[in-house]
Amino acid sequence: MSTQEYPTTWRRPPQIVTDRRWRIALQLGILAYLVLALGSVEVDWQRVSVGLERGQRFIMGFLQPDFTSRWGDISRGLVESLTMTLTSTVVGVLISVPIGIGAARNLAPAWLYYVCRSIIAVSRALQEIIIAIFLVAMFGFGPFAGFLTLSFATIGFLAKLLADDIEEIDEAQAEAIRATGASWWQLVNYAVQPQVMPRLIGLSLYRLDINFRESAVIGIVGAGGIGATLNTAIDRYEYDSAGAILLIIIGIVMIAEYGSSYLRKFLQ
Amino acid sequence: MTEISHYSQTWAHRTPRARLALWTGWVALVALFLWCWQLMTENTIWAFVWDAPRQAADIGSRMMPPRLSYLPELMVPLWDTLNIATLGTIAGVIMAVPVAFLAARNTTPSARFLRPVALFIIVASRSINSLIWALLLVAIIGPGILAGIVAIALRSIGFVGKLLYEAIEETDAKQIEAIEATGASATQVLNYGIVPQIMPAFWGISVFRWDINIRESTILGLVGAGGIGLKLQASLNVLAWPQVTVILLLILGTVVVSEWVSAKVRRAII
Repeated sequence: MSTQEYPTTWRRPPQIVTDRRWRIALQLGILAYLVLALGSVEVDWQRVSVGLERGQRFIMGFLQPDFTSRWGDISRGLVESLTMTLTSTVVGVLISVPIGIGAARNLAPAWLYYVCRSIIAVSRALQEIIIAIFLVAMFGFGPFAGFLTLSFATIGFLAKLLADDIEEIDEAQAEAIRATGASWWQLVNYAVQPQVMPRLIGLSLYRLDINFRESAVIGIVGAGGIGATLNTAIDRYEYDSAGAILLIIIGIVMIAEYGSSYLRKFLQ
Repeated sequence: MTEISHYSQTWAHRTPRARLALWTGWVALVALFLWCWQLMTENTIWAFVWDAPRQAADIGSRMMPPRLSYLPELMVPLWDTLNIATLGTIAGVIMAVPVAFLAARNTTPSARFLRPVALFIIVASRSINSLIWALLLVAIIGPGILAGIVAIALRSIGFVGKLLYEAIEETDAKQIEAIEATGASATQVLNYGIVPQIMPAFWGISVFRWDINIRESTILGLVGAGGIGLKLQASLNVLAWPQVTVILLLILGTVVVSEWVSAKVRRAII
Protein backbone atom coordinates (compact mmCIF):
# COMPACT_ATOMS: atom_id res chain seq x y z
CA MET A 1 0.00 0.00 0.00
CA SER A 2 1.50 3.25 -1.08
CA THR A 3 1.54 6.27 1.20
CA GLN A 4 0.17 9.40 -0.29
CA GLU A 5 2.68 12.15 -0.92
CA TYR A 6 1.92 15.28 1.07
CA PRO A 7 3.77 18.48 0.29
CA THR A 8 6.25 19.38 2.99
CA THR A 9 5.90 23.11 2.54
CA TRP A 10 2.74 25.18 2.51
CA ARG A 11 2.06 28.61 1.18
CA ARG A 12 -0.78 30.64 2.51
CA PRO A 13 -3.32 31.16 -0.26
CA PRO A 14 -3.99 34.79 -1.19
CA GLN A 15 -6.92 36.24 0.71
CA ILE A 16 -8.34 39.20 -1.14
CA VAL A 17 -7.46 39.07 -4.84
CA THR A 18 -7.65 35.40 -5.70
CA ASP A 19 -6.96 35.54 -9.46
CA ARG A 20 -3.23 35.40 -10.20
CA ARG A 21 -3.44 37.58 -13.32
CA TRP A 22 -5.33 40.29 -11.49
CA ARG A 23 -2.78 40.18 -8.70
CA ILE A 24 0.14 40.72 -11.05
CA ALA A 25 -1.66 43.50 -12.91
CA LEU A 26 -2.51 45.20 -9.62
CA GLN A 27 1.06 44.98 -8.38
CA LEU A 28 2.43 46.37 -11.66
CA GLY A 29 -0.10 49.17 -11.58
CA ILE A 30 0.84 50.11 -8.03
CA LEU A 31 4.54 50.02 -8.94
CA ALA A 32 3.97 52.26 -11.98
CA TYR A 33 2.00 54.72 -9.91
CA LEU A 34 4.64 54.84 -7.19
CA VAL A 35 7.38 55.56 -9.74
CA LEU A 36 5.31 58.34 -11.30
CA ALA A 37 4.25 59.82 -7.97
CA LEU A 38 7.64 59.72 -6.34
CA GLY A 39 9.10 61.28 -9.49
CA SER A 40 6.81 64.28 -9.10
CA VAL A 41 7.94 64.97 -5.54
CA GLU A 42 10.59 67.64 -5.71
CA VAL A 43 12.70 67.87 -2.62
CA ASP A 44 15.12 70.69 -2.00
CA TRP A 45 17.61 68.78 0.15
CA GLN A 46 19.56 71.89 0.97
CA ARG A 47 16.43 73.48 2.41
CA VAL A 48 15.68 70.29 4.31
CA SER A 49 19.13 70.16 5.89
CA VAL A 50 18.80 73.80 6.94
CA GLY A 51 15.36 72.99 8.28
CA LEU A 52 16.52 70.01 10.29
CA GLU A 53 18.40 72.34 12.59
CA ARG A 54 15.17 74.26 13.01
CA GLY A 55 13.36 71.00 13.63
CA GLN A 56 15.81 70.24 16.38
CA ARG A 57 15.03 73.59 17.97
CA PHE A 58 11.36 72.79 17.70
CA ILE A 59 11.82 69.47 19.47
CA MET A 60 13.83 71.26 22.15
CA GLY A 61 10.98 73.75 22.45
CA PHE A 62 8.54 70.86 22.78
CA LEU A 63 10.62 69.34 25.57
CA GLN A 64 11.07 72.67 27.33
CA PRO A 65 7.80 74.44 26.64
CA ASP A 66 7.55 78.10 27.52
CA PHE A 67 4.14 78.75 29.03
CA THR A 68 4.89 82.09 30.67
CA SER A 69 6.22 84.64 28.20
CA ARG A 70 3.17 84.50 25.89
CA TRP A 71 0.69 83.46 28.53
CA GLY A 72 -1.56 86.46 27.85
CA ASP A 73 -2.00 85.48 24.18
CA ILE A 74 -2.28 81.79 24.96
CA SER A 75 -4.97 82.23 27.61
CA ARG A 76 -6.95 84.58 25.36
CA GLY A 77 -6.78 82.04 22.54
CA LEU A 78 -7.79 79.23 24.87
CA VAL A 79 -10.79 81.13 26.23
CA GLU A 80 -11.91 81.89 22.67
CA SER A 81 -11.47 78.25 21.64
CA LEU A 82 -13.29 76.81 24.63
CA THR A 83 -16.22 79.25 24.53
CA MET A 84 -16.49 78.79 20.77
CA THR A 85 -16.53 75.01 21.22
CA LEU A 86 -19.31 75.00 23.80
CA THR A 87 -21.60 77.57 22.21
CA SER A 88 -21.25 76.09 18.73
CA THR A 89 -21.95 72.57 19.97
CA VAL A 90 -25.07 73.69 21.84
CA VAL A 91 -26.42 75.71 18.92
CA GLY A 92 -25.43 72.99 16.44
CA VAL A 93 -27.25 70.30 18.43
CA LEU A 94 -30.36 72.49 18.81
CA ILE A 95 -30.52 73.03 15.05
CA SER A 96 -29.58 69.50 14.07
CA VAL A 97 -32.35 67.83 16.11
CA PRO A 98 -35.25 69.13 13.95
CA ILE A 99 -33.19 68.59 10.78
CA GLY A 100 -32.33 65.08 11.92
CA ILE A 101 -36.00 64.30 12.56
CA GLY A 102 -36.87 65.74 9.17
CA ALA A 103 -34.23 63.59 7.49
CA ALA A 104 -35.56 60.34 8.96
CA ARG A 105 -37.55 58.48 6.36
CA ASN A 106 -39.92 56.90 8.87
CA LEU A 107 -41.02 60.19 10.44
CA ALA A 108 -41.00 62.81 7.72
CA PRO A 109 -42.89 63.19 4.43
CA ALA A 110 -40.85 62.67 1.28
CA TRP A 111 -40.38 66.34 0.32
CA LEU A 112 -39.11 67.24 3.82
CA TYR A 113 -36.83 64.20 3.75
CA TYR A 114 -35.11 65.39 0.57
CA VAL A 115 -34.82 69.00 1.80
CA CYS A 116 -33.20 67.95 5.08
CA ARG A 117 -30.93 65.36 3.46
CA SER A 118 -29.61 67.97 1.04
CA ILE A 119 -28.90 70.40 3.90
CA ILE A 120 -26.90 67.61 5.53
CA ALA A 121 -25.06 66.80 2.30
CA VAL A 122 -24.02 70.44 1.79
CA SER A 123 -22.80 70.76 5.36
CA ARG A 124 -20.79 67.54 5.16
CA ALA A 125 -19.26 68.09 1.75
CA LEU A 126 -17.33 71.25 2.62
CA GLN A 127 -14.48 71.19 5.07
CA GLU A 128 -14.59 73.40 8.13
CA ILE A 129 -11.64 75.42 6.96
CA ILE A 130 -13.22 76.37 3.64
CA ILE A 131 -16.45 77.38 5.36
CA ALA A 132 -14.34 79.38 7.81
CA ILE A 133 -12.67 81.30 4.96
CA PHE A 134 -16.05 82.39 3.65
CA LEU A 135 -17.55 83.18 7.02
CA VAL A 136 -14.51 85.23 7.99
CA ALA A 137 -14.90 87.17 4.75
CA MET A 138 -18.55 87.80 5.60
CA PHE A 139 -18.56 88.30 9.37
CA GLY A 140 -15.09 89.71 9.95
CA PHE A 141 -12.19 88.23 11.90
CA GLY A 142 -12.70 86.74 15.33
CA PRO A 143 -14.38 83.92 17.21
CA PHE A 144 -17.89 84.77 15.99
CA ALA A 145 -17.02 83.49 12.50
CA GLY A 146 -15.47 80.42 14.13
CA PHE A 147 -18.62 79.84 16.15
CA LEU A 148 -20.73 79.92 12.99
CA THR A 149 -18.34 77.57 11.17
CA LEU A 150 -18.38 74.97 13.90
CA SER A 151 -22.16 75.20 14.32
CA PHE A 152 -22.62 74.63 10.61
CA ALA A 153 -20.26 71.65 10.61
CA THR A 154 -21.98 70.20 13.70
CA ILE A 155 -25.33 70.24 11.90
CA GLY A 156 -24.11 68.00 9.09
CA PHE A 157 -22.45 65.53 11.45
CA LEU A 158 -25.14 65.23 14.11
CA ALA A 159 -28.22 65.48 11.93
CA LYS A 160 -26.98 62.66 9.69
CA LEU A 161 -26.14 60.30 12.54
CA LEU A 162 -29.35 61.19 14.37
CA ALA A 163 -31.44 60.59 11.25
CA ASP A 164 -29.76 57.22 10.63
CA ASP A 165 -30.39 56.33 14.25
CA ILE A 166 -34.07 57.29 14.09
CA GLU A 167 -34.46 55.18 10.95
CA GLU A 168 -33.16 52.17 12.85
CA ILE A 169 -35.43 52.40 15.91
CA ASP A 170 -37.50 49.47 17.08
CA GLU A 171 -40.72 49.84 15.08
CA ALA A 172 -42.72 47.77 17.58
CA GLN A 173 -42.46 50.49 20.22
CA ALA A 174 -43.54 53.17 17.77
CA GLU A 175 -46.42 50.92 16.71
CA ALA A 176 -47.51 50.50 20.34
CA ILE A 177 -47.56 54.25 20.94
CA ARG A 178 -49.39 54.80 17.64
CA ALA A 179 -52.01 52.23 18.67
CA THR A 180 -52.93 54.37 21.70
CA GLY A 181 -54.01 57.10 19.29
CA ALA A 182 -51.02 59.32 19.95
CA SER A 183 -50.42 62.40 17.85
CA TRP A 184 -47.23 62.87 15.84
CA TRP A 185 -45.65 64.92 18.64
CA GLN A 186 -46.51 62.29 21.23
CA LEU A 187 -45.08 59.64 18.94
CA VAL A 188 -41.79 61.50 18.71
CA ASN A 189 -41.72 62.21 22.43
CA TYR A 190 -42.66 58.78 23.79
CA ALA A 191 -41.56 56.33 21.12
CA VAL A 192 -38.57 57.87 19.34
CA GLN A 193 -36.95 60.13 21.90
CA PRO A 194 -36.30 57.51 24.62
CA GLN A 195 -34.70 55.21 22.05
CA VAL A 196 -32.32 57.73 20.51
CA MET A 197 -31.57 59.96 23.50
CA PRO A 198 -28.57 58.03 24.92
CA ARG A 199 -26.93 57.98 21.53
CA LEU A 200 -27.73 61.63 20.87
CA ILE A 201 -26.07 62.62 24.14
CA GLY A 202 -23.07 60.46 23.33
CA LEU A 203 -22.74 61.94 19.86
CA SER A 204 -23.07 65.49 21.21
CA LEU A 205 -20.21 64.88 23.63
CA TYR A 206 -18.14 63.36 20.83
CA ARG A 207 -18.86 66.38 18.66
CA LEU A 208 -17.81 68.68 21.53
CA ASP A 209 -14.47 66.92 21.41
CA ILE A 210 -14.20 67.29 17.61
CA ASN A 211 -15.22 70.94 17.76
CA PHE A 212 -12.42 71.72 20.16
CA ARG A 213 -9.91 70.08 17.82
CA GLU A 214 -11.30 71.98 14.86
CA SER A 215 -11.30 75.24 16.79
CA ALA A 216 -7.54 74.87 17.00
CA VAL A 217 -7.38 74.78 13.20
CA ILE A 218 -9.77 77.39 11.91
CA GLY A 219 -7.80 80.11 13.70
CA ILE A 220 -5.23 79.74 10.92
CA VAL A 221 -7.60 81.48 8.49
CA GLY A 222 -8.60 84.13 11.03
CA ALA A 223 -11.59 82.63 12.81
CA GLY A 224 -10.21 83.16 16.31
CA GLY A 225 -9.19 80.65 18.92
CA ILE A 226 -5.95 78.96 19.90
CA GLY A 227 -5.06 78.24 16.25
CA ALA A 228 -4.44 81.92 15.62
CA THR A 229 -2.08 82.07 18.59
CA LEU A 230 -0.28 78.94 17.39
CA ASN A 231 0.06 80.35 13.88
CA THR A 232 1.56 83.56 15.25
CA ALA A 233 3.97 81.65 17.47
CA ILE A 234 5.24 79.57 14.54
CA ASP A 235 5.51 82.62 12.29
CA ARG A 236 7.67 84.30 14.91
CA TYR A 237 9.84 81.16 15.21
CA GLU A 238 8.94 80.99 18.92
CA TYR A 239 9.02 77.21 19.05
CA ASP A 240 8.98 77.01 22.83
CA SER A 241 5.64 78.88 22.93
CA ALA A 242 4.35 76.76 20.02
CA GLY A 243 5.37 73.62 21.93
CA ALA A 244 3.49 74.87 24.98
CA ILE A 245 0.36 75.50 22.91
CA LEU A 246 0.54 72.06 21.29
CA LEU A 247 0.96 70.42 24.69
CA ILE A 248 -2.09 72.31 25.98
CA ILE A 249 -4.12 71.18 22.96
CA ILE A 250 -3.05 67.55 23.42
CA GLY A 251 -3.84 67.77 27.14
CA ILE A 252 -7.30 69.22 26.63
CA VAL A 253 -8.12 66.70 23.89
CA MET A 254 -7.07 63.84 26.18
CA ILE A 255 -9.17 65.22 29.05
CA ALA A 256 -12.13 65.70 26.70
CA GLU A 257 -11.78 62.18 25.33
CA TYR A 258 -11.58 60.50 28.74
CA GLY A 259 -14.24 62.81 30.19
CA SER A 260 -16.69 62.18 27.39
CA SER A 261 -16.21 58.40 27.43
CA TYR A 262 -16.69 58.44 31.23
CA LEU A 263 -19.82 60.60 30.93
CA ARG A 264 -21.23 58.36 28.20
CA LYS A 265 -20.74 55.30 30.37
CA PHE A 266 -22.36 57.12 33.29
CA LEU A 267 -25.38 58.15 31.22
CA GLN A 268 -26.11 54.78 29.66
CA MET B 1 -60.18 43.33 54.39
CA THR B 2 -57.81 44.61 51.86
CA GLU B 3 -57.14 48.28 51.43
CA ILE B 4 -57.41 49.66 47.94
CA SER B 5 -54.22 51.56 47.30
CA HIS B 6 -54.57 54.76 45.36
CA TYR B 7 -52.36 55.25 42.41
CA SER B 8 -51.68 58.57 40.82
CA GLN B 9 -54.10 59.31 38.04
CA THR B 10 -51.49 60.79 35.73
CA TRP B 11 -48.47 58.87 34.59
CA ALA B 12 -45.04 60.43 34.78
CA HIS B 13 -41.86 59.12 33.29
CA ARG B 14 -39.58 60.14 36.16
CA THR B 15 -39.68 60.53 39.93
CA PRO B 16 -39.82 64.10 41.25
CA ARG B 17 -36.24 63.84 42.43
CA ALA B 18 -34.96 62.78 39.02
CA ARG B 19 -36.98 65.54 37.41
CA LEU B 20 -35.43 68.11 39.75
CA ALA B 21 -31.92 66.87 38.95
CA LEU B 22 -32.69 66.97 35.24
CA TRP B 23 -33.97 70.54 35.42
CA THR B 24 -30.97 71.64 37.47
CA GLY B 25 -28.73 70.12 34.82
CA TRP B 26 -30.51 71.96 32.03
CA VAL B 27 -30.45 75.29 33.89
CA ALA B 28 -26.72 74.83 34.54
CA LEU B 29 -26.13 74.13 30.84
CA VAL B 30 -28.09 77.23 29.79
CA ALA B 31 -26.19 79.37 32.32
CA LEU B 32 -22.88 78.00 31.07
CA PHE B 33 -23.91 78.66 27.50
CA LEU B 34 -24.88 82.26 28.25
CA TRP B 35 -21.64 82.86 30.13
CA CYS B 36 -19.56 81.43 27.26
CA TRP B 37 -21.54 83.42 24.74
CA GLN B 38 -20.85 86.60 26.71
CA LEU B 39 -17.13 85.86 26.85
CA MET B 40 -16.93 84.93 23.18
CA THR B 41 -18.77 87.93 21.77
CA GLU B 42 -17.02 90.47 24.00
CA ASN B 43 -14.87 91.75 21.15
CA THR B 44 -17.24 91.05 18.29
CA ILE B 45 -17.90 94.07 16.12
CA TRP B 46 -21.63 93.74 15.53
CA ALA B 47 -21.62 96.19 12.64
CA PHE B 48 -19.69 93.59 10.61
CA VAL B 49 -22.11 90.86 11.64
CA TRP B 50 -25.20 92.84 10.57
CA ASP B 51 -23.40 93.67 7.37
CA ALA B 52 -22.86 89.98 6.58
CA PRO B 53 -25.86 89.37 4.29
CA ARG B 54 -24.76 92.23 2.06
CA GLN B 55 -21.20 90.86 2.05
CA ALA B 56 -22.51 87.39 1.22
CA ALA B 57 -24.51 88.75 -1.72
CA ASP B 58 -21.45 90.69 -2.86
CA ILE B 59 -19.12 87.68 -2.74
CA GLY B 60 -21.79 85.51 -4.35
CA SER B 61 -22.16 87.87 -7.26
CA ARG B 62 -18.38 88.02 -7.69
CA MET B 63 -18.06 84.23 -7.69
CA MET B 64 -20.46 83.86 -10.60
CA PRO B 65 -19.84 82.85 -13.32
CA PRO B 66 -16.98 80.41 -12.58
CA ARG B 67 -13.92 80.92 -14.76
CA LEU B 68 -13.78 77.51 -16.38
CA SER B 69 -10.76 78.38 -18.53
CA TYR B 70 -8.76 78.15 -15.30
CA LEU B 71 -9.41 74.42 -15.09
CA PRO B 72 -6.42 73.14 -17.16
CA GLU B 73 -4.06 75.05 -14.88
CA LEU B 74 -5.41 73.08 -11.93
CA MET B 75 -4.56 69.62 -13.22
CA VAL B 76 -0.96 69.56 -11.98
CA PRO B 77 -1.89 70.75 -8.46
CA LEU B 78 -4.67 68.15 -8.44
CA TRP B 79 -2.15 65.42 -9.31
CA ASP B 80 0.06 66.75 -6.48
CA THR B 81 -2.87 66.61 -4.09
CA LEU B 82 -3.62 62.99 -5.01
CA ASN B 83 0.04 62.13 -4.50
CA ILE B 84 0.18 63.84 -1.12
CA ALA B 85 -2.84 61.86 0.04
CA THR B 86 -1.72 58.50 -1.39
CA LEU B 87 1.97 58.62 -0.49
CA GLY B 88 1.10 60.11 2.90
CA THR B 89 -1.35 57.28 3.55
CA ILE B 90 1.21 54.64 2.55
CA ALA B 91 3.90 56.16 4.78
CA GLY B 92 1.45 56.61 7.64
CA VAL B 93 0.21 53.03 7.42
CA ILE B 94 3.77 51.68 7.36
CA MET B 95 4.54 53.60 10.55
CA ALA B 96 1.21 52.78 12.16
CA VAL B 97 1.52 48.99 11.91
CA PRO B 98 4.35 48.53 14.45
CA VAL B 99 2.72 51.10 16.74
CA ALA B 100 -0.54 49.15 16.60
CA PHE B 101 1.20 45.88 17.46
CA LEU B 102 2.93 47.57 20.39
CA ALA B 103 -0.34 49.07 21.59
CA ALA B 104 -2.50 45.94 21.38
CA ARG B 105 -2.76 44.17 24.72
CA ASN B 106 -2.29 40.68 23.25
CA THR B 107 0.75 41.39 21.09
CA THR B 108 2.69 44.04 23.00
CA PRO B 109 6.12 42.87 24.18
CA SER B 110 5.89 44.90 27.38
CA ALA B 111 2.58 46.13 28.70
CA ARG B 112 4.21 48.34 31.27
CA PHE B 113 6.67 50.37 29.18
CA LEU B 114 6.06 50.07 25.44
CA ARG B 115 2.27 50.07 25.50
CA PRO B 116 1.90 53.51 27.16
CA VAL B 117 4.48 54.93 24.73
CA ALA B 118 2.56 53.54 21.76
CA LEU B 119 -0.72 54.85 23.16
CA PHE B 120 0.81 58.29 23.64
CA ILE B 121 2.01 58.32 20.04
CA ILE B 122 -1.51 57.47 18.92
CA VAL B 123 -3.15 60.16 21.05
CA ALA B 124 -0.62 62.84 20.13
CA SER B 125 -0.97 62.10 16.43
CA ARG B 126 -4.76 62.07 16.64
CA SER B 127 -5.19 65.27 18.62
CA ILE B 128 -3.17 67.45 16.25
CA ASN B 129 -4.93 68.20 12.98
CA SER B 130 -3.03 67.62 9.74
CA LEU B 131 -3.19 71.34 8.99
CA ILE B 132 -1.24 72.05 12.17
CA TRP B 133 1.25 69.32 11.34
CA ALA B 134 1.63 70.94 7.93
CA LEU B 135 2.12 74.36 9.51
CA LEU B 136 4.97 72.99 11.61
CA LEU B 137 6.54 70.99 8.80
CA VAL B 138 6.44 73.88 6.35
CA ALA B 139 8.39 75.89 8.91
CA ILE B 140 10.85 73.02 9.39
CA ILE B 141 11.43 71.40 5.99
CA GLY B 142 10.21 74.20 3.78
CA PRO B 143 7.09 74.59 1.65
CA GLY B 144 6.29 71.90 -0.90
CA ILE B 145 4.76 68.50 -1.41
CA LEU B 146 7.13 66.76 1.00
CA ALA B 147 5.80 68.74 3.97
CA GLY B 148 2.27 67.76 2.96
CA ILE B 149 3.15 64.07 2.64
CA VAL B 150 4.85 64.01 6.04
CA ALA B 151 1.95 65.92 7.63
CA ILE B 152 -0.60 63.47 6.25
CA ALA B 153 1.57 60.52 7.30
CA LEU B 154 2.00 61.77 10.87
CA ARG B 155 -1.69 62.42 11.22
CA SER B 156 -2.60 59.00 9.80
CA ILE B 157 -0.51 57.10 12.36
CA GLY B 158 -2.95 57.83 15.18
CA PHE B 159 -6.10 57.01 13.23
CA VAL B 160 -4.83 53.81 11.60
CA GLY B 161 -2.95 52.78 14.75
CA LYS B 162 -6.01 53.11 16.98
CA LEU B 163 -8.39 51.22 14.72
CA LEU B 164 -5.80 48.56 13.92
CA TYR B 165 -4.86 47.86 17.53
CA GLU B 166 -8.54 47.51 18.38
CA ALA B 167 -8.84 45.00 15.54
CA ILE B 168 -5.79 43.10 16.85
CA GLU B 169 -7.29 42.96 20.33
CA GLU B 170 -10.51 41.56 18.90
CA THR B 171 -8.86 38.65 17.08
CA ASP B 172 -10.10 35.17 17.84
CA ALA B 173 -7.80 33.68 20.51
CA LYS B 174 -8.65 30.10 19.47
CA GLN B 175 -7.01 30.40 16.07
CA ILE B 176 -3.88 31.84 17.63
CA GLU B 177 -3.83 29.02 20.15
CA ALA B 178 -4.16 26.48 17.36
CA ILE B 179 -1.11 27.89 15.63
CA GLU B 180 0.79 27.98 18.92
CA ALA B 181 -0.09 24.32 19.52
CA THR B 182 1.77 23.36 16.32
CA GLY B 183 4.95 24.66 17.92
CA ALA B 184 5.12 27.81 15.85
CA SER B 185 7.56 30.56 16.76
CA ALA B 186 6.35 34.02 17.78
CA THR B 187 6.78 35.42 14.26
CA GLN B 188 4.98 32.44 12.78
CA VAL B 189 2.08 32.98 15.19
CA LEU B 190 2.00 36.59 14.08
CA ASN B 191 2.15 35.64 10.42
CA TYR B 192 -0.33 32.77 10.40
CA GLY B 193 -2.49 33.44 13.46
CA ILE B 194 -2.99 37.18 13.68
CA VAL B 195 -2.25 38.70 10.26
CA PRO B 196 -4.90 36.74 8.32
CA GLN B 197 -7.52 37.75 10.88
CA ILE B 198 -6.80 41.48 10.70
CA MET B 199 -6.15 41.67 6.95
CA PRO B 200 -9.68 42.75 5.90
CA ALA B 201 -9.81 45.31 8.71
CA PHE B 202 -6.37 46.57 7.71
CA TRP B 203 -7.32 47.19 4.09
CA GLY B 204 -10.65 48.69 5.10
CA ILE B 205 -8.99 51.11 7.52
CA SER B 206 -6.29 52.07 5.02
CA VAL B 207 -8.76 52.84 2.26
CA PHE B 208 -10.98 54.74 4.68
CA ARG B 209 -8.02 56.83 5.82
CA TRP B 210 -6.99 57.42 2.20
CA ASP B 211 -10.44 58.85 1.55
CA ILE B 212 -10.13 61.17 4.57
CA ASN B 213 -6.62 62.13 3.49
CA ILE B 214 -7.78 63.18 0.02
CA ARG B 215 -10.23 65.49 1.74
CA GLU B 216 -7.56 66.89 4.04
CA SER B 217 -4.82 67.21 1.44
CA THR B 218 -6.97 69.55 -0.67
CA ILE B 219 -6.58 72.26 1.96
CA LEU B 220 -2.99 71.69 3.08
CA GLY B 221 -1.86 74.20 0.47
CA LEU B 222 -3.40 76.99 2.56
CA VAL B 223 -0.32 76.85 4.78
CA GLY B 224 2.07 76.20 1.89
CA ALA B 225 2.25 72.41 1.82
CA GLY B 226 1.53 71.97 -1.89
CA GLY B 227 -1.43 70.75 -3.86
CA ILE B 228 -4.59 72.44 -4.97
CA GLY B 229 -4.88 74.41 -1.72
CA LEU B 230 -1.93 76.48 -2.91
CA LYS B 231 -3.98 77.65 -5.88
CA LEU B 232 -6.92 78.34 -3.58
CA GLN B 233 -4.76 80.48 -1.34
CA ALA B 234 -3.28 82.33 -4.33
CA SER B 235 -6.73 83.01 -5.79
CA LEU B 236 -8.09 84.18 -2.44
CA ASN B 237 -5.15 86.51 -1.96
CA VAL B 238 -5.80 88.32 -5.23
CA LEU B 239 -9.59 88.15 -4.66
CA ALA B 240 -10.07 86.19 -7.88
CA TRP B 241 -13.47 84.85 -6.84
CA PRO B 242 -14.40 83.21 -10.19
CA GLN B 243 -11.26 81.06 -9.85
CA VAL B 244 -12.18 80.23 -6.26
CA THR B 245 -15.50 78.85 -7.49
CA VAL B 246 -13.74 76.58 -9.99
CA ILE B 247 -11.31 75.32 -7.34
CA LEU B 248 -14.09 74.62 -4.87
CA LEU B 249 -16.09 72.73 -7.47
CA LEU B 250 -13.01 70.67 -8.34
CA ILE B 251 -12.34 69.91 -4.66
CA LEU B 252 -15.96 68.91 -4.20
CA GLY B 253 -15.80 66.61 -7.24
CA THR B 254 -12.56 64.99 -6.05
CA VAL B 255 -13.96 64.39 -2.59
CA VAL B 256 -17.14 62.83 -3.96
CA VAL B 257 -15.20 60.53 -6.30
CA SER B 258 -12.77 59.42 -3.60
CA GLU B 259 -15.66 58.75 -1.22
CA TRP B 260 -17.36 56.64 -3.88
CA VAL B 261 -14.15 54.69 -4.58
CA SER B 262 -13.52 54.03 -0.91
CA ALA B 263 -17.10 52.93 -0.26
CA LYS B 264 -16.88 50.57 -3.26
CA VAL B 265 -13.56 49.07 -2.19
CA ARG B 266 -14.60 48.65 1.45
CA ARG B 267 -17.81 46.91 0.43
CA ALA B 268 -15.79 44.56 -1.77
CA ILE B 269 -13.37 43.70 1.05
CA ILE B 270 -15.60 43.38 4.09
